Amino acid sequence: MTALPDIHPPKARARRRNSLTPWLFLAPGMLMFAVYVLIPIFQSVWVSFHDWDGLGPMRWIGLANYSELWWDDAFYTSLKNNVLWLALYLLAVPLGLLIALFLNQTVKGIRIYKSLFFFPFVISQVVVGLIFSWFYAPGFGLLYVLIEWVTGTGVAILADERYVTYGIIAAGLWPQIAYCMILYLTGLNAVAPDQIEAARLDGAKGWRMLWHVVLPQLRPATFIAVVVTVIGALRSFDLVSIMTSGGPFGSSRVLSYYMYEQALSEYGYRMGYGAAIAVVLFAIMMIFITGFIWKMWRDERGL
Amino acid sequence: MVHTKRGLLLAALLATTAPAFAQTRELVMNTDASDPAPKAAFEQLIADFEAEYPDIKVKVNTFDHEGYKTAIRNFLTADAPDLANWYAGNRMAPFVEANQFLDVSDVWAENGLNESLHSAASAMTIDGKQWGIPYTYYQWGIYYNKDVYEQVGVEPTDNWEEFLANCAKFQEAGIDCVTTGSKALWPIAGIFDYLSLRTNGYDWHMQLTRGEIPWTDDKVKAVFAEWEKLLPYTSKNHAAIDWQDAVSNVVQGKAANYVMGNFAAATFKDGGMTNDTLGFMQFPTINPDIPRAEEAPTDTIHIPAGAKNPEDAKLFLAYLARADVQTKMNETLGQLPINADSTVGDDPYLQAGFELLSTAEGGIAQFFDRDASPEMAKAGMEGFQEFMVRPERLDTILERLERVRQREAG
Repeated sequence: MTALPDIHPPKARARRRNSLTPWLFLAPGMLMFAVYVLIPIFQSVWVSFHDWDGLGPMRWIGLANYSELWWDDAFYTSLKNNVLWLALYLLAVPLGLLIALFLNQTVKGIRIYKSLFFFPFVISQVVVGLIFSWFYAPGFGLLYVLIEWVTGTGVAILADERYVTYGIIAAGLWPQIAYCMILYLTGLNAVAPDQIEAARLDGAKGWRMLWHVVLPQLRPATFIAVVVTVIGALRSFDLVSIMTSGGPFGSSRVLSYYMYEQALSEYGYRMGYGAAIAVVLFAIMMIFITGFIWKMWRDERGL
Repeated sequence: MVHTKRGLLLAALLATTAPAFAQTRELVMNTDASDPAPKAAFEQLIADFEAEYPDIKVKVNTFDHEGYKTAIRNFLTADAPDLANWYAGNRMAPFVEANQFLDVSDVWAENGLNESLHSAASAMTIDGKQWGIPYTYYQWGIYYNKDVYEQVGVEPTDNWEEFLANCAKFQEAGIDCVTTGSKALWPIAGIFDYLSLRTNGYDWHMQLTRGEIPWTDDKVKAVFAEWEKLLPYTSKNHAAIDWQDAVSNVVQGKAANYVMGNFAAATFKDGGMTNDTLGFMQFPTINPDIPRAEEAPTDTIHIPAGAKNPEDAKLFLAYLARADVQTKMNETLGQLPINADSTVGDDPYLQAGFELLSTAEGGIAQFFDRDASPEMAKAGMEGFQEFMVRPERLDTILERLERVRQREAG
């Protein structure tokens, strides 16, 4: 009985020290995450139940912002455009793979070609937006002149509600393809040459080689490419803002831009409504994020 | 001992901060005067003010013109200056209602500004009090290419039917009768405002922008009916271009007329037009029984409620309201002074604008996005753009605008 207290306290202290250390290291990161991510999320939800112009007092209105969203045409336009973004933006993944396969060879000067293909990802989204705006510009834009030359009448892509979202997505795809390409290029470096060799001896060629031998080994790269593309599509904001400001008459809005417009832009004084849009966008994103985290967790446990 | 030490520390602390208060009184001013002419005008204004009040030092923070519109909301609540630029009319209402601007009715009363600044008094008044000082405004109207008129062989007119007849002739010659760039939405609000002022008059227009008239009203539809007559003669790609691009349409002779504000005169001239080729006229009369009203957006300076030095800020406002100060400032700005005793520069467009505004018996509107509430302004201008592209959707658009109005009212 007397011996026990002599042995245990140091051990317990050591164990406590061991269990405390990781938390100490985590603390700064967790504090930042709480202050800049977690607390703002709850604040946004809180604000979304209020009528607030960002200046005066907040007025509790319950779910009125959400019921207004339900009847708001502009919200559905934004939602539809977000779905379009999501679907078409994912084209960046196969297209990036295509270019990566094409560039994955040892030819003289291949590094120059690789850097040239990677270039659009390096330049800022704002610049990408400007370049494409000029490309589409009525009167002098390359595409406009081309269409005029072929069909006789030019189409001002960014001023036509039918084409405007596709025009902006095309601009977004340009850097996104480059990003997926670079992910696949690094992935291709890790493809085991002996397996390729073995497959070749077994007579695998072309599509079958790609589908059964190369692609399975590229799964980690594909996963990352899909994740960044989905997230990128959902938070698309800069291109919409630069190229059209959501126009013409709001037909190229996406949820993130609509939120900005309602809460923060020149004419936007509706913090509560903006917050409600943000909460909906967050909920949509959570569906995907949960899926990704679930998959990662499963992979880590080796299931 | 402890007390003297603390006292010394306090004295030392005071000594480091005191000079700013004791020797000179400081005024902090936030302004959006980032373009060359406004910047020069404000530098001049502040130099002259400091010469007259050597005790007061004015510190200026210049913001980018567009960024300022959102920045003001942050600095008014977080770190208020003593003076801030803004706009007259309903545009200042959110700040007045949130008690972010100081009531400066005393400056108006003491300096007799209700007389000298009479033309802008109503636009500065909310709840019977004045909330700032207007220092400049400029007229809107039609800027046109005289060469194109000559080429087609028609005369400028102030009659709506004749104007539309001219438009048909321009169309035959392959020229857009009216051009505009609606990418940033606001230029087309000028067209709506004028059609509304000419069809239903100033009082009705102000009621509409204040949200007192349903957007589904027949009189609103009458305005759009007039607009529809103009649509076939309006540049097709307006939604894709900025207002400056539409200026080049006029400069290059691809378009004849442009409903614009006087600030565009400089852009027309940069493009190569001169006083001989660039014409200015009032927007045509639609209903001759309605007193002519015009559009003249007013720029203003306010004292934020959180100002640290409101007394000196009021001195500055009183100074800014003076006739000679406004004369000098507007010469640099190339705009019109508000003070009735000021004189106007000899630029022909300014002279024409002064004549136009001083004889506008109907009244002077600010501009759609200043007369209407911010949300209504945004929804309205978007609706105008949609109408210009898809006139057949008018009823849907008006119902949507009416929903915005009802939500704001209730």
